[in-house]
Amino acid sequence: MKRNVAVVGVGHSKYGVRNDVSLPELAWESINMALEDAGLEQKDIEYVVVSNVGGWSSEPLSAVVINEYAGICPTGTVRVEAACASGSAAVKLAYDMVASGHVDIAMAVGVEKMNESPTPTVVEFIGRAGNYFWEFQNFGLTFPGYYALYMTAYMYKYGATEEDFCKVAVKNHYYGARNPKAQFQKEVTVEQCMSSRYIAWPIKLFDSSPITDGSAAVILASEEVAKQLTDSPVWIRAIGYASDTSNLSKRDTFTSLRAGVLAGEQAYKKAGIDKDKAVETIDVAEVHDCFTIAEVMAYEDLGFAKRGEGIEMIRNEETYIGGKIPVNLSGGLKAKGHPIAATGEGMIAELTNQLLSRVEKDRQAPIKNGYALAHNIGGTGHYAYVTILSLSKS
Amino acid sequence: MSREEKKTLKDMYDSQMKQFFEFVESMKKSLGVPMFPDMKSGKALYFDQREITLRFIISVENIKEFFNGLAEGKLLGTKCKDCNQLYFPPQKDCPRCRTSNMEWIELSKEGELLTFTQINVKPYSFSHYDDYIVGIVRLPEGINVTAWIRENDPKKLKPGMKMRLEIVKREPENYYTYEWVPVA
Repeated sequence: MKRNVAVVGVGHSKYGVRNDVSLPELAWESINMALEDAGLEQKDIEYVVVSNVGGWSSEPLSAVVINEYAGICPTGTVRVEAACASGSAAVKLAYDMVASGHVDIAMAVGVEKMNESPTPTVVEFIGRAGNYFWEFQNFGLTFPGYYALYMTAYMYKYGATEEDFCKVAVKNHYYGARNPKAQFQKEVTVEQCMSSRYIAWPIKLFDSSPITDGSAAVILASEEVAKQLTDSPVWIRAIGYASDTSNLSKRDTFTSLRAGVLAGEQAYKKAGIDKDKAVETIDVAEVHDCFTIAEVMAYEDLGFAKRGEGIEMIRNEETYIGGKIPVNLSGGLKAKGHPIAATGEGMIAELTNQLLSRVEKDRQAPIKNGYALAHNIGGTGHYAYVTILSLSKS
Repeated sequence: MSREEKKTLKDMYDSQMKQFFEFVESMKKSLGVPMFPDMKSGKALYFDQREITLRFIISVENIKEFFNGLAEGKLLGTKCKDCNQLYFPPQKDCPRCRTSNMEWIELSKEGELLTFTQINVKPYSFSHYDDYIVGIVRLPEGINVTAWIRENDPKKLKPGMKMRLEIVKREPENYYTYEWVPVA
């Protein structure tokens, strides 16, 4: 029998170049915040899922290093990897532990310390995140390069321009400038974005999320326990998930991420939300904007816009507060930052705070229906997780 | 500037790393420990005294025909004799039929460009090359093939363009791979 599961505590570190802390110290920042938020102690946590992609950082068994540092030992634990969607995968596993009745309280903590390696090494590692043997070995694609293949296809198919995509960066920096946790707390203009250098044509530096250190933690509890802990639980109403081929050459379309579409449809169905009415139902969304093209495709993949009209949404500023549906009020991956495996928990922490109306005033979405959506993509649409949160249990 | 004197991204990466090593070594000498201040924030950092080199050894026993084919100027895929499904990259097994009843077939050397990008910021292991264009091309048999495109300016390309595949020697590594060439 499946049980209802609530978010009872969240923590979110400052994102950025965090040379002031080590990996376990960085994880502790958000673990401690989440414990405080939930009013719990380490001994209350019955299972910990750690998301950390690593490779670029020094501790390969990061889960046990973090748990030891945080005083959560000998609690059961595991480290998970779903590329940039690792954080949502961790939330999914923690959710399953509680929903299934295995435990009453579980924690998902994501952490990434990308600045432990020089940038060329990080570029190399992320470029290998696809099909290493067939697509990296000979052709040296990079992470921006994979998404650039989508941006080129989208521009030619729908007549979108580089300026249009820069408007996503402008919006996300606008909100990042209002988020004290964001890596970039500075507004940018379309002109600044357009004059930034190409990193993988047609993707420019300002179309791209940065290399980020950061952590985020989410504590989940069963309905019974949640009711004892808080008057304001945020319920996980649905999690949708899907994957796609490792080789990009095996994809049929380069204007949409199939895994994102499937994960979204699954989540909508489980939550009883009509995809065609998503925009009217959901108060606020965090979508996976690792590159500006990714945010535009997310609008369409999630049904916020029709095919080819995602670009209109950003041209018409429909995803700002006051528009059809506010998206990435945290600054998104673009401005808040993208600590690969912490991004998923970071989205859930942000949306929990949004639903409880406790974020900074000038980036708080009006909460009407009490629904929020997190869209977290791993790799180039290789993994996808869509999580729907709600203030109501059913 | 002659070709020999041209600075690659690798030269830049290497000279940055060399400067960094020299700085860290001088700090280590004076402090007795490999600790140094971050150039931007001044925060104390520790320089790892252990180094790892990753270079993998991968089995191609069941697809060696593919590599032998390249050396003979052919691009090969596999085809399931039970269901006729084509596989590129070539596979030993057909997951559809759950059989391994495959034959090797030569793929077309022509196709239509689906999409492309130019890699400007390159991974370290590709940083000795000039900026390169990567494209995905659809073959008439419905299979897509990713490879470099022989062109320096992405603005000269367009989805839908006809492309021809050539088996080429990749230099300076000196091994056979394949490349797309725009059909004029």
